[in-house]
Amino acid sequence: MTSEEIFTQLSPIITLYLPEDVTKDQIELQSDLTAQLNINSAHLVDIVLDVEDAFDIEFANEDMEKMRTVADAIQIIQKKLESK
Amino acid sequence: MDKSLNHILKKLPYSEPFLFADSLVSVDENGIQGKYTFKADSYFYKGHFVGNPITPGVILTECMAQIGLVCLGIYLLGDSLQEELKIALSNTDIDFYLAVLPGETVTVISEKEYFRFNKLKCKVKMLNAKGEVVCKGFISGMLIA
Repeated sequence: MTSEEIFTQLSPIITLYLPEDVTKDQIELQSDLTAQLNINSAHLVDIVLDVEDAFDIEFANEDMEKMRTVADAIQIIQKKLESK
Repeated sequence: MDKSLNHILKKLPYSEPFLFADSLVSVDENGIQGKYTFKADSYFYKGHFVGNPITPGVILTECMAQIGLVCLGIYLLGDSLQEELKIALSNTDIDFYLAVLPGETVTVISEKEYFRFNKLKCKVKMLNAKGEVVCKGFISGMLIA
């Protein structure tokens, strides 16, 4: 799966958990999920759980710690898909 | 009460007048049960409601969170909890059915939905002394050892 295809699938999942003052147009590759998109730590977990279901992969604690931006998330997802 | 259960209560980061857990009945990987008796002289009865004391829903929710989420979380964290527990409530979705009057004893029953990446989500319910459902729903929070 290309990173563009992953982004297309990931973007609506992130959108579900955006606070009211952030719009989906603000989701860019370099967006910091917590600092810029204002997603709280509990919703960050929700995003990962939804991503696991959508892509049929499993995140480890280290993956969670490395996931700061949208691009980080895509890279982790891509690696997991390749090693399936 | 079982020694290990008492050990969990001792680790709770609350004290009077905001401790809403008296005893634990049982705990395992999947859930927990505990009890609390609402003291008739609790401060909130003076104002909720004036002349008609009823336990506030937020306090019932707090009681379910302390027993159902935080006590279970302390058990699940086990030995990884060496220092102070950091906790934050992240979501509640509770329906209320019956009033709880001053002096009533309630039982909180909590079932774990998941505990991943420090987020614990539980299905919780509170029963009164007659075994009737007082309130039920879902509570989640972040628990970091």
